[in-house]
Amino acid sequence: MSTYTERLKNGIITENPTFVMMLGMCPTLAVTSSAMNGLGMGLTTTAVLVLSNAFISLLRKVIPDKVRIPAFIVVVASFVTIIQLLLQAFLQSLNSALGVYIPLIVVNCIILGRAEAYASKNPVLPSIFDGLGMGLGFTVGLTLIGICREVLGSGAIFGFQFIPEDFHITFFVLAPGAFLVLACLTAIQNKLKLPSATNVPGGDSSMACGGNCAQCTGASCVANKGIIEAERVAQKAAKAQAAKEAAAKAKAAKEAAAAKQAKKGE
Amino acid sequence: MGNLLNISSSPHVRDKSSTQSIMWCVILCLLPATVFGIYNFGIKAIILIIACMVTCVLTEFIWQKAMKLPITVTDGSAALTGLLLALNLSSTFPVWMAVIGSVFAIIVVKQLFGGLGQNFMNPALGARCFLMVSFAGKMTSFTYDGITGPTPLAIIKNGDKAMGVADILASGDGQTQAATSVLNMFLGNTAGTIGETSALAILIGGIALIALKVISWKIPVCYLGTFAVFALIFGGRSFDITYLAAELCGGGIMLGAFFMATDYVTSPITPRGQIFFGVLLGVLTGIFRIFGASAEGVSYAIIICNLLVPLIEKVTIPVPFGKEGIKDGK
Repeated sequence: MSTYTERLKNGIITENPTFVMMLGMCPTLAVTSSAMNGLGMGLTTTAVLVLSNAFISLLRKVIPDKVRIPAFIVVVASFVTIIQLLLQAFLQSLNSALGVYIPLIVVNCIILGRAEAYASKNPVLPSIFDGLGMGLGFTVGLTLIGICREVLGSGAIFGFQFIPEDFHITFFVLAPGAFLVLACLTAIQNKLKLPSATNVPGGDSSMACGGNCAQCTGASCVANKGIIEAERVAQKAAKAQAAKEAAAKAKAAKEAAAAKQAKKGE
Repeated sequence: MGNLLNISSSPHVRDKSSTQSIMWCVILCLLPATVFGIYNFGIKAIILIIACMVTCVLTEFIWQKAMKLPITVTDGSAALTGLLLALNLSSTFPVWMAVIGSVFAIIVVKQLFGGLGQNFMNPALGARCFLMVSFAGKMTSFTYDGITGPTPLAIIKNGDKAMGVADILASGDGQTQAATSVLNMFLGNTAGTIGETSALAILIGGIALIALKVISWKIPVCYLGTFAVFALIFGGRSFDITYLAAELCGGGIMLGAFFMATDYVTSPITPRGQIFFGVLLGVLTGIFRIFGASAEGVSYAIIICNLLVPLIEKVTIPVPFGKEGIKDGK
């Protein structure tokens, strides 16, 4: 699998920002009251993410390490402003539906997270595909939540109503419904053992449960405690050993110096 | 003589009561209110009560079966949740909505958090608030004696502040002639949810619960007392005893104080905590009823206090005997 398709799959499935990494929860919970809003928010974020990843990757050798976060934010904020002006000009309805959450994309942790974790360390093309994958993963997550909430809460999909008004459960359009739907979808994702980063059995983790959250019963935590304890003891022993060696070295050096002194004195 | 030297670990004194006996005892004590509700609202009330109880028990059974948990439906807690939920609904409430509410109570509020003993809020009240948010129109439409009209509490809240409460109640809301009096509110001949109308029936059940030592007097007494004081001070009707009586007899405060706030799982276990819990409930209910937009506020007050229970218990841990005067009980 080439780097590009791997990046796309990573963003959409393995490290899906919504259901696996739990990033960007503020727009996820706030604007997904309908499928259209979820899709619009997802695609807007994707556009910003692709552009900012590309730009930050281009500038990765120019930006000094100490001021990288402010530099990233300046880049992201510029793109968000551009996108917001474009939305105001051409997609006025979406712009008014998303409201304050468009400018808030600046501080979206997915965008800063990808800039920090990937774009600032990798070449331009993989970074673009990383941004595209993550953005699409975010879009898929938001749209799914939006569809569930819209069907249950207002009996429609993308504005097409098919359930009469008497049977709408308003709860799902309001904020508590967002939490419930997000939790249920994440639980389904874990239950079906989709190939996400948290569901891979074994993996490279030395934890007794293999880092598999889907199968965690809590019982393996006892074993994990043993492993961590053993590691800690080993580290302590190594530290003590190192300290001992250093002390021995210092002592030897002192003795040598004393011997030299004695020799000189003779 | 053999028994004299019997050695075992504590506890040495055991009580015969069990989860099952307590739950059925509470259901029995709810019977006066239930029977009065059925007498008041007729066949529709029976259908709602049966639908809620059956759905709750069935949902719990199916969930525990599907999740391979021990089946505990015979302890009566699910049946009690269903009964309490039904008593909190208007008699004209559609049955299918009540069924959704029952499923929500058992699965989302109770089982997802670990079942009986682990739920963070009262399942019946959680479901009531879920239904309130979802179907606000149906939840607040009350019919009594064939007339759809506001509850006495709503009449008082919207009534003229300068008029006496008895006069306001006697003139009704003007359009539907839902005329009533405080005596009717006490007996229960008014519009409202199935179980909340009759303060008398609830009092009979509640006092029986306290007499049987199923619940302690602390929460209901502190709740009602604090609320009474709050209503007298902030109600804007100076010291009108009729107003006070109407506020205490109307709405869900009696049902809430005796049967919902005293739920073992979601109320503090420490004596000082129970008193604090009751006072907090009274203040919150007063704020919601007097300063809020709606005439009713008992369910939200109890739910908010349910969430504060772990905190209340943490700060009111009793000092062990012999450790008095020692800082932090150490």
